[in-house]
Amino acid sequence: MTGIVSYGSYIPYRRLKRAAIAAVLGVPATRGERAVASFDEDSVSMAVDALRDALKTAPGAEVRSLIFGTTTAPYLEKLNAAIVGAAAQLPAEIRAIDSTGSIRAGLSAMLQAAESAAAGGGHAAVALADCRLGAPEGKLEQSGGDGAAAFIFGRDNVIAEIEASASLTREYLDSWRTPGERFAHSWEERFALTQAYGPFFRRIIQEVLGKAGVAPGDLAKIVLDAPNQRAAEEALRELKVDPARVADSLALTVGQTGAAHAALMLTAVLPSAKPGDRILVATVSDGADAMLLKVAPANANFRPVHSVGRMVESKGDVTYANYLKWREILPTEPPRRPDPDRPAAPPMMRAEKWKFGLIGSKCRACGTPQLPPQRVCVKCRAFDKMDPYPFADRHGRIATYAIDRLAYSLNPPTINAVVDYEGGGRFLCEMTDCEPDKVAIGDEVEMTFRRLFTADGVHNYFWKARPRR
Amino acid sequence: MASKGIKDRVAIVGMGCTKFGEHWDKGAEDLLVEAAYEAYGSAGIDPNDVDAYWLGTMGSGVSGLTLSEPLKIQYKPVTRVENMCATGSESLRQACYAVASGAFDVAMAIGVEKLKDSGFSGLVVANPPNDGTPACMTPPALFSLLAPAYFKKYGLDPEKGKDVLTRIAWKNHRNGARNPKAQFQKEVPMEAIRNSPKIADPLGIMDCSGVSDGAAAAIVVRAEDAHKYCKNPIYIKALSFVAGPAEGPLSPEYDFTTFPEVVASARDAYAQAGVTNPREQISLAEVHDCFTPTELVLYEDLGFSKRGGAWQDVMEGFFDLEGKLPVNPDGGLKSFGHPIGASGLRMMYEMWLQMRGEAGPRQLKNPRMGLTHNLGGQPGRCVSFVSVVGNQIG
Repeated sequence: MTGIVSYGSYIPYRRLKRAAIAAVLGVPATRGERAVASFDEDSVSMAVDALRDALKTAPGAEVRSLIFGTTTAPYLEKLNAAIVGAAAQLPAEIRAIDSTGSIRAGLSAMLQAAESAAAGGGHAAVALADCRLGAPEGKLEQSGGDGAAAFIFGRDNVIAEIEASASLTREYLDSWRTPGERFAHSWEERFALTQAYGPFFRRIIQEVLGKAGVAPGDLAKIVLDAPNQRAAEEALRELKVDPARVADSLALTVGQTGAAHAALMLTAVLPSAKPGDRILVATVSDGADAMLLKVAPANANFRPVHSVGRMVESKGDVTYANYLKWREILPTEPPRRPDPDRPAAPPMMRAEKWKFGLIGSKCRACGTPQLPPQRVCVKCRAFDKMDPYPFADRHGRIATYAIDRLAYSLNPPTINAVVDYEGGGRFLCEMTDCEPDKVAIGDEVEMTFRRLFTADGVHNYFWKARPRR
Repeated sequence: MASKGIKDRVAIVGMGCTKFGEHWDKGAEDLLVEAAYEAYGSAGIDPNDVDAYWLGTMGSGVSGLTLSEPLKIQYKPVTRVENMCATGSESLRQACYAVASGAFDVAMAIGVEKLKDSGFSGLVVANPPNDGTPACMTPPALFSLLAPAYFKKYGLDPEKGKDVLTRIAWKNHRNGARNPKAQFQKEVPMEAIRNSPKIADPLGIMDCSGVSDGAAAAIVVRAEDAHKYCKNPIYIKALSFVAGPAEGPLSPEYDFTTFPEVVASARDAYAQAGVTNPREQISLAEVHDCFTPTELVLYEDLGFSKRGGAWQDVMEGFFDLEGKLPVNPDGGLKSFGHPIGASGLRMMYEMWLQMRGEAGPRQLKNPRMGLTHNLGGQPGRCVSFVSVVGNQIG
C-alpha cells in the first residue's frame, strides 16, 4: 500500500486585507484577506517550514528523493531543492528535483513522488510552496496567496492510500511569464473557463474515479483547485455533491497559493478525515492531474505539528504600502548604510550543516550545547571533543533583546534577541513575525528558516527566531 | 598570574590632540600631521628624536606607510596596530613597552580615524568573506542589549532606567561644553536627550556617541629620562589589555549586565598600579561611553560602584565634574564622537591636561591618579583596555 505517511503545512504570519488594497488603488474590493510571505520569506523558506513539520511526524523515514514544486523559484539556475533539503537536514544521498512551470507542478510532483515510493525507493518527499505575485489592480494580486505544504510518501504506516491517479497534458495559452518578467500574462478568462478548465476537470475526475470504481457520491471530501476559483465552483456544481463535502478553498483566509494550493487544501481536510473516507484531489492548469485517496486507520492517530486551522488563526496584518515595499514593487530611498556583503561560497559550503541545518555542537567532556559549532568548548575548553547537536527544533526563551531602528530593513525596526534554548545553548539572532511593542524578556520562541537578504543575486538564507505559533 | 606591569617605568612627556569633529577640509594625513607636530612641540623635540612609532587606525589606512608618508619619517620603524575601538590605547601600550624594554629611547603613539568620508550613518566595519550567518546588528543595537537586562535585574522600571541613561548623556555633554576640542560643545537639556528619536530602544540618538574625525598622539620615554623633556610628565602606572573568549553570545550564564573583559582588565590594571579601592583612589576616569548603558555598566565593572549601585551613583551626581569621581570630564565619546584609532589617546590627553593643571574650565582639584578605559566589540564579546596614570612616582 503506497500513500501519504506524513504531511506539514505552512501559512505565513502576515495577512493583507483585500479591502486595504482596494482602499489605496480605488479598485473594487473582494472579501477577506490573503496570506503574505514576509520580506524575509520566499518559496524555498516556506517549503522548508512545511517540510520540517512533515519530517517531524515521520520519524525514521528514509527519504530518498525530494521534489520542490513552485512557480516562484528563488533561483532560475541552481537547484532550489538542494537548499530545501539542506535546511530540512535530508541526507546528501537523495535525488532532488525542482518542479515548476505551472501551478499544477505541485500535484504533479506529488504523483511523481508517490510513484517512486511505490517503486520501492524508500520514502519520497515533496515540498510545495508559492508566493503568488499579481500586478497592482489585477485580479491575482487579491486572489493569490502565499503558503506551502509538504508530504512524505511511503509504503508503510500510510495515513492515506493512493487508490488511483490520472494526468492530462494539453498545450494551450492561458497564463504565461517569460524570464525577467515579474507578473504573468493571461488570456481572456472565458476562453480557459470554457475550453480548458471545465472540460479538463470533467475528464480527469471521470478517469480517476473510473479507475477506482468510485462514484462522485462516494467521495467524503473533494479538493478542486484551479487558477480561477470559478472553474472549481462550476465543476463542483456539475458533480452535484453536498457542499459539506467540498474542501474549503481558503480563498477568504489565505488565497490561491499556486503550486502549493491543492496540497495545502488537502492538509486542511486530512485531520478530520475518517478511516475509509475517499478524498479526491484535482488541479487544472496546462492540463490536469488528479489523485484519489483512501484514508487509512493510521490517520486517526496522526496530528500535524501545525494544523492549517492554527496557522490561519496565527496572524498579523501587513499594510498595503509595506507589502508593495516587500515585493519591491514600490522602490524606496536606499539607506545611508553599506549594502550587505554577498555570502562567500567556500565558507557557506564549509558551514553547510550550521548555516542551513542550524546544527551546533555539544561537548562530550562537559555536555554543554553551543552554537555556532565550536572546536574549543566555551565552558570547559576541551579541544575537539564536540558532537553535532541540532537546534532547529528546539524552543528557547528571550534573555534580552534589541530593537534596531538604524539597521536597514524592509520591515523596520529590526528586532534581535538573545535566545536561551531549553536543554542549553544560547544564540543571538534576528526575530521575525513579531511586533516590537510585544517583545519581552522570557518570551518563548521557535526557529524558522528565512532569507535574510539578497546580495549580488545570492540569496542569504539562515535562521531567525519567531514567537511560537 | 597577572601581567607584571611597568609601573612608573615609562612617562608621557608630550601630547597632541586635534579638535574632533566633521573635518570636511582635512584627510587622515592632515589630522596625523597636526597631532604629531603638536606632540613634538609639546615635548620640545624634533621629529628626528623619535626612534619608533605605533600608529593606531581601524580603517583609515594600512601599514606604517599611512604615517611615515605624510610625516616623511626617515626610515624608522612604524607599526600599524588595530584592536577595534581600543585601537588608540593599543598603540600607546605598544609604544610604552618598547621604551620600557630599552629597545628605543623615544617612541610616539598616534591614532587617527577619518570617519566622515564614508557617506554612511554610524560606524562601518568591513568583514572578511563569510558564510552569511553572523548577526548584522548595528553598534547601538548591540549595546542596547544591556538596558533591558540591567533594568530587569536591578528592578528599575523602564522610565527610571531611561532617567539614569539620560543623566549620563547630560553629564557628558555638560563636561564637553567646557572643552574647546570637543565635537559638541553645548550643554543639552535632559528633556532633549530623553525625547531624542529612538535608535535602538530605549536608546535615542542622544544616547549614542557621535561620528567624527580626529587624531591624537603621545610621546613616551623611560621615566628616568622624563625630566629631560618636561617638568611635569605623567607616569604610566598600569596598562592592561584583554581579549575575551566571547562567551556572551554562547553561554546562558552571561546576563548582559557586565563586561567580563572589563572586570578582568581592571583587576589586572589595579594590581599593576597597587590600587585597592578604585572608588576612593582614582581621581578621575575617562571611560568608553559609546552608548549610555555602556557607561552605566562600566561604573560597576571598574569597581567605581557596587553591583546594582551605579544607577544610584549616577542620580546622585557621584560622577559629575563636581562629584567625588568625575568620569569623562572632557565630555567623553558623547561630546567628542568616536574616531576609533584616536579615542584612546584622546582620553589620555585629558589625563595629560588634568594632571598638569591645564584643563581650563574643567580643571579638577589636585588629581593624582587617573584611569582610562577603552573597549571594542559588543557586550559579551569584546576587548578591553584599562590604564592607570599618575603625576607622581610611587
